Amino acid sequence: MFKSKRNILAASILVLMTVATLTASLWLPTSPAHIDPSERLLSPSGQHWFGTDHFGRDIFALTIVAARISLLVGIVVAFLATLLGTATGLIAGYYKKADAIVMRIIDGMLAFPALLLALALVAALGGNVKNIIIALTFAFWPVMTRIVRSAVLQVKNIQYIEAAKTTGTSDFVILTRYVLPNALSPIIVQGTFIFAKAILAEAALSFLGLGVNPATPTWGSMLQESQIYISIAPWFSIFPGLAIVITVLSLNMLGDGLRDAFDPHAVKQKRVKKVWPLWRARKTQKQWAREKEQKSVAENEYMGKEV
Amino acid sequence: MLQYTIRRLLSLVPVMLIVSIIVFMIVHLTPGNPAFLILGEDASAESVAQLEQQLGLDKPIVVQFFDWLKNIVTGDLGQSVYSSEQVKTIIASHIGPTFSVTLLAIFIILLIAIPVALFAVWQRKTLLDPIFISVSLLGVSIPEFWFAMLLVLGFAVTIPIFPVAGYIPFAEGWFEWLYHLILPAFVLAAVEIGLVARMLRDGMLEAVNQDYTRTARAKGIRESVVLMKHVFSNALIPTATVIGVMIAGLLGGAIIIETMFTIPGMGSLLIDSIHRRDYPVIQGVILFIAAIYVLVNLCVDLLYAFLDPRIRYD
Amino acid sequence: MLEVKDLKAYLDTSTGVVKAVDQVSFTVKAGETVGIVGESGSGKSVLALSLMQLNPTPLTFYPQGEILFEGRNLLGLRERALRKMRGNEISMIFQDPMSSLNPIFKIGNQLIEAIRSHKKMPRHKAEAEAIELLQDVGIPDAERRMHEYPHEFSGGMRQRVMIAIALACRPKLLIADEPTTALDVTIQAQILEMLRTIQNKYGTAILIITHDLGVVARLADRVMVMYSGRIVEEGSTADIFYRTSMPYTWSLLRSIPRLDEAGQDRLIPIQGQPPNLVTPPKGCNFSPRCPFATPECAEIDPALTERRHGHRVACILSEMEFEEQKQLLEAVDRKEVLA
Repeated sequence: MFKSKRNILAASILVLMTVATLTASLWLPTSPAHIDPSERLLSPSGQHWFGTDHFGRDIFALTIVAARISLLVGIVVAFLATLLGTATGLIAGYYKKADAIVMRIIDGMLAFPALLLALALVAALGGNVKNIIIALTFAFWPVMTRIVRSAVLQVKNIQYIEAAKTTGTSDFVILTRYVLPNALSPIIVQGTFIFAKAILAEAALSFLGLGVNPATPTWGSMLQESQIYISIAPWFSIFPGLAIVITVLSLNMLGDGLRDAFDPHAVKQKRVKKVWPLWRARKTQKQWAREKEQKSVAENEYMGKEV
Repeated sequence: MLQYTIRRLLSLVPVMLIVSIIVFMIVHLTPGNPAFLILGEDASAESVAQLEQQLGLDKPIVVQFFDWLKNIVTGDLGQSVYSSEQVKTIIASHIGPTFSVTLLAIFIILLIAIPVALFAVWQRKTLLDPIFISVSLLGVSIPEFWFAMLLVLGFAVTIPIFPVAGYIPFAEGWFEWLYHLILPAFVLAAVEIGLVARMLRDGMLEAVNQDYTRTARAKGIRESVVLMKHVFSNALIPTATVIGVMIAGLLGGAIIIETMFTIPGMGSLLIDSIHRRDYPVIQGVILFIAAIYVLVNLCVDLLYAFLDPRIRYD
Repeated sequence: MLEVKDLKAYLDTSTGVVKAVDQVSFTVKAGETVGIVGESGSGKSVLALSLMQLNPTPLTFYPQGEILFEGRNLLGLRERALRKMRGNEISMIFQDPMSSLNPIFKIGNQLIEAIRSHKKMPRHKAEAEAIELLQDVGIPDAERRMHEYPHEFSGGMRQRVMIAIALACRPKLLIADEPTTALDVTIQAQILEMLRTIQNKYGTAILIITHDLGVVARLADRVMVMYSGRIVEEGSTADIFYRTSMPYTWSLLRSIPRLDEAGQDRLIPIQGQPPNLVTPPKGCNFSPRCPFATPECAEIDPALTERRHGHRVACILSEMEFEEQKQLLEAVDRKEVLA
């Protein structure tokens, strides 16, 4: 799972970011709430690494603190959507009768673009962290249901599950002990992607002014506020956006890497690491092959002596 | 194929029923009395009662749903609380810009994603491949509103070549139309390009290693023909499934992009209506977008069957 | 016509370099049928693909050897020249007919593509030729079936289509890589029979690669036995089946049922596993599994040497020694059967 460098890098960024935002009050040089009208819209400097906003607040401190809401919403939505999606997916995949009903409802929910569904729900419920989490969970779990269901359908008729059935094992035990472990890798991968999507969606909702209380800084609300200052204080827009990109990219990289790591069919093919010139790849391949051959013959001779 | 189409059409009935229940519930999920929400907390009891009667809020919820559903089916989406116009008319006047910007975005996506994927597969054994994956991942990780802000900063503020906002209808000149839409359409497309190109690339890499590709090579046809004809056409089948996801992304993204570039489309209408608490319009717009999305998915399924003869004859 | 000299084809895998084909030399004359027999993993498919250079690069590379086709070395050719060769002068059919045809194009389309890739002719002419080809390979109602998709054909019928595609440009050599393995026994016989008829009609040389000695016995004029990337015995079909001179071939024959030897009604499998081709054993590759192995076998790597006309064997045992040992072992077998 952590064999690839890419996965390690992505996971480290996420851990670092979580630790940084949770311990922010201990190490941040300036408080994110500190308002100083004389320091409005200052460009990045040694004192204010990311510059200051229209209230003279330190953007670096704000960006760090704003990660709390994003990461909180992301992780809780990913967790709840995974939980609900797994439960409904297991039921739909395992029981034929429930399948028809559950999947009709899921199809109906999937008929909305996720952001639209979340938007409608937040509009109805009102914007606070709890409601955003509810809305995003509702918007994202149907996808998980589908994935779990298809994973269950794949393993359902395999011999050992039939065998467990004939020996009178209860459905609950079959589902949790035999079926679930087989569906685990797509669940984890999709969960990671939902985490990423939830952060993007939360930022979008905040940006549209439908997010959490404006007094709590979030990346999305910072970007909304920065919009009118974009021509005079571009740093105000750039840094919170970069924070979103880095977080979401890390999650997507992790999800992508996990999918490769879990995929038993993935061809682990060696690549010729040659970028330029691309069209001469054939020639360089030959050279490379020759070098490789010499090396391998030498290796084999060495191995032969050892034996 | 006909049978398949009919079966697929019939499956839309339960889906649309669930959709309408969800849309209907939006108003009723709102904490407090919807009439108060619309009129404001200090409204008089009489006007609240009058509005309740007008909206049918005094009846049991199931009765309300079926009344509402009956109206919807007959094409009556109700009346805007804000402007007293028919919701139908309001939506109709906002379709054009949304349609323009999404269509242009789809065009841009195909224009970029297809050659990029082909190039990536052609050069699959070079370092280009991991670069391609990283860039496509980056593409789906950028919030479109932030990307829009960067582009506005770059192409409308620093080097002012594109307009920052506004919409010119197609009827008033295609060039002005295109000129105003190019930036928003590009932003909308950018996020989805990575997704589509990645799917095409994965599909093609899958097909490149298939036996039938080897057969094609054994025939002695040119590698470019092998890639374009045998590999690419087979990769279109899995790619067709992401078209649905892509359209969802575009419709969701359009809400944000229209707000940012002040394009008077469905997205701006929705956000404005949410701020105005104009529930009939909110419901109408959401129902309309969902219906479009369902239709698109139907078309994708039919396209899928068209692309893959094995499904067509089942 | 085809002359392979000292060919090496190595695969570069994540576990190391696999010597899939090692110092292989043989010839195929115009119009004859040559069989290559070996277990799975003996390198025979890599060899077949190497002749057409359809191995994935850079996974496979050729550090040494020549593949001379009518005097031209195919290994040195540019991609464009190779392409003119493929399907035109040398063509190939593969093991799995279910996946070897492109599922989304009609059979006719795929056949016409093969014809028109090398012969410039108008579409309707190519179409007529395609129908004729389909009739030749024994597909009834060819005109209608041209417009069907691969999934509407059975496995045997698909393999017939594959053969029609391979024969589209009247190649001089047809390489058949396990052409009947994926098919039912009755269909296998039909396909083999059809290959024979086609060969008589078109005069094509056939290089048939299989693990099935029955297929070779039925079809081939000459046979090569391959083991761990090398040819260990080569000769006429009669040489291989009746004058077996190599322990591996003998073990292979002993492991399949035969009707003509009444006394031996027991199958004796070959012990052990094929060697790891990343680090092959020192000496003779077969020595760890060989019932005749002497201490010398682990040291000396025997070369392929001619025993009598056209019969080449790679073993340090002389014919006499081998015959003696063989009878001893066969006696032991019989005793076991009796007991």
